[in-house]
Amino acid sequence: MEAVSCRCYQFNLLLVMLFVTADIISTVEFNHSGELLATGDKGGRVVIFQQELESKNQPQCRGEYNVYSTFQSHEPEFDYLKSLEIEEKINKIRWLPQKNAAQFLLSTNDKTIKLWKISERDKRPEGYNLKEEDGRYRDPTTVTTLRVPVFQPMDLMVEASPRRVFANAHTYHINSISVNSDCETYLSADDLRINLWNLEITDRSFNIVDIKPVNMEELTEVITAAEFHPNQCNTFVYSSSKGTIRLCDMRASALCDQHSKLFEEPEDPSNRSFFSEIISSISDVKFSHSGRYMMTRDYLSVKIWDLNMESRPVETYQVHEYLRSKLCSLYENDCIFDKFECCWNGNDSVVMTGSYNNFFRMFDRGYRQDVTLEASRESSKPRSVLKPRKVCTGGKRKKDEISVDSLDFNKKILHTAWHPQDNIIAVATTNNLYIFQDKL
Amino acid sequence: MRYSYQRRTCAIPRAKMFPKGTKRKFSDSREEPVAGGEDVNQSSLAAVRMLSSYSLQRQSLLDMSLIKLQLCHMLVEPNLCRSVLIANTVRQIQEEMTQDGTWQIMTQALSAANAAAQCSADRLVATEVLCRQTEAAQGEQVPKPFPVVGSEGCPAKEVLEEEAAAAEVGMTMSTVSPQAPTSYLPGTFGMDPCWEEEETGEDDDDEEEEEDSEECGSGSEGEERERDSLVEDTRTAEQVFGTFEIKNPAPSPDPALEELFSDVDASYYDLDTVLTGMQSVPKMGPYDLLESLSSHGPSPLSSSTSCRSDLNELDHIMEIIVGS
Repeated sequence: MEAVSCRCYQFNLLLVMLFVTADIISTVEFNHSGELLATGDKGGRVVIFQQELESKNQPQCRGEYNVYSTFQSHEPEFDYLKSLEIEEKINKIRWLPQKNAAQFLLSTNDKTIKLWKISERDKRPEGYNLKEEDGRYRDPTTVTTLRVPVFQPMDLMVEASPRRVFANAHTYHINSISVNSDCETYLSADDLRINLWNLEITDRSFNIVDIKPVNMEELTEVITAAEFHPNQCNTFVYSSSKGTIRLCDMRASALCDQHSKLFEEPEDPSNRSFFSEIISSISDVKFSHSGRYMMTRDYLSVKIWDLNMESRPVETYQVHEYLRSKLCSLYENDCIFDKFECCWNGNDSVVMTGSYNNFFRMFDRGYRQDVTLEASRESSKPRSVLKPRKVCTGGKRKKDEISVDSLDFNKKILHTAWHPQDNIIAVATTNNLYIFQDKL
Repeated sequence: MRYSYQRRTCAIPRAKMFPKGTKRKFSDSREEPVAGGEDVNQSSLAAVRMLSSYSLQRQSLLDMSLIKLQLCHMLVEPNLCRSVLIANTVRQIQEEMTQDGTWQIMTQALSAANAAAQCSADRLVATEVLCRQTEAAQGEQVPKPFPVVGSEGCPAKEVLEEEAAAAEVGMTMSTVSPQAPTSYLPGTFGMDPCWEEEETGEDDDDEEEEEDSEECGSGSEGEERERDSLVEDTRTAEQVFGTFEIKNPAPSPDPALEELFSDVDASYYDLDTVLTGMQSVPKMGPYDLLESLSSHGPSPLSSSTSCRSDLNELDHIMEIIVGS
């Protein structure tokens, strides 16, 4: 009998929660304990869900989350100098590790990063001498005795307040933020630059990477994602639109334009086309929890890299290879520029990423098994196990298979997140948030 | 009046477009082995057909890419990553076409055609400012290398110059010296340091000269002017290299965008639906798009006087700010 940890991931997922959001979801992120799940949307709102504690211990109900807090993080702005709107869409949310009773998260739109404090209030002071309970002031002459106000329980109130606003440091659109393991600093990356911030200081940031060419006419490559190493506070990586990943050590120099390591896989000449560069552009990069590996997502595949080997990835998983023959159409309708994210499970044994037609894919690294699942109301009856999907790539279509031509490219899953300790996943379609959990 | 841009692709199944394999060269067809008799005709015919279909596909990809670069969001800054990737694709195609020799053939045909045609007021327009600037700096033949994007805050003229250079790698153009727009320095007003790079543009010795007297503007620019005239000169290349999602899958499109592109259908070759602000745009041939990207000598504005007065106002404002 194999121990649970050695067994292939079973991919038996149940739909536990389904939230319909007002606006298009643009980012999804669990906090470090997994108790909270934050989503950001196109309208600049953040919605935080909290795991139901009572049901946490019941095996079948671990995935029950309810709305905990909702607040408007960013508002639309207008750049008068350029006569352009700055979208309020939340590009990324990153939680800070919890240090006290309050929770902190960073949320960013294209230009401005904000640190939000989310705190609970379940008590309030009552018994003031000079104020009535409703707040009206008492006439001092009517006060005959003195009393000490005491805290009385009240209905739980969750408050979100902006504690820091980090603005005016990015000329280009911010695509990534990443909190350092030192919990004092974080980085923010836009198309051409990466800045290092101290969480306490808002009027200053250090530029640590700048790939802007002296002559903008020579620009051929942009930064697409960046992340700090989970354990080494001096190390971070950033990916590019040409399919390269650079690992930088901040101890080497103040400006990390010179990389310590360059990860790049040589191009396969047999697959060369005019779209080769576009599909090699990396849309997401994520370190494994262990810090030994990193995962990159390009248009058609997910690659796992060993940080000690720069020449090629150690594992490559095809997400939707059947799209390779459709690249021209996908270029025409701009789908080829979709930026899919990817994520690791808690023990780095399984990786997950999204696809089209509301499909998402999971790859078990150890057993080399993978599955395609669908997040849709029609196919997800609550509490019943998700049925694997199959795309028919040619020839006779079997029953229950879906042909490539009937895939809906408007239904894309760009954002997914995995609970840091449990097999609970959050999958965002356009404006639905699905929470699935493992069937035990 | 609507004009249709003829679709240049053959009825080739999409799945077969851009076959895998190494790039073809023009000479490939000539190297076909002679099998003898009718077979010779068949195989060479097939080779020619394959080659020409590849060329057509490549051409349509080039056209598609140029359109994507030209059209931009009205209100929101376009995606730089997307613009860079599209521009790199255009560059790739142009390099291959230059190697094949098709680029030179195409540009010669273009210049021959356009030399005959008059530069009418109905053509795609330049800003008045743009033309004034080109007058000032005319005479300098400074062909530029193919640029991707301009810097933040660069005036429209620079943007179009760069587009022109983008379109005409290996060709000639009488570009304007980048020193010309020193009076336009929105970048100095704070945010964008990018316009420090005001040194003269590259002299690329490889590029020849070409005389082309066409209009120097883009239709989308003109159209935007109709709607938001003060925006014009502060538009960046990024805005011009912005995105236009032809079959936009996003469920809730920007209402301004929707209004703008409400009559655009899946045929992205219907340029006129985009250029709704223009009056009687003549039918555009396949290479007119490239032409329209060049910025050249002065040409008259085509649109309304309100547009003209707005530009005058903008000029006036700029003069005040710059103090020139």
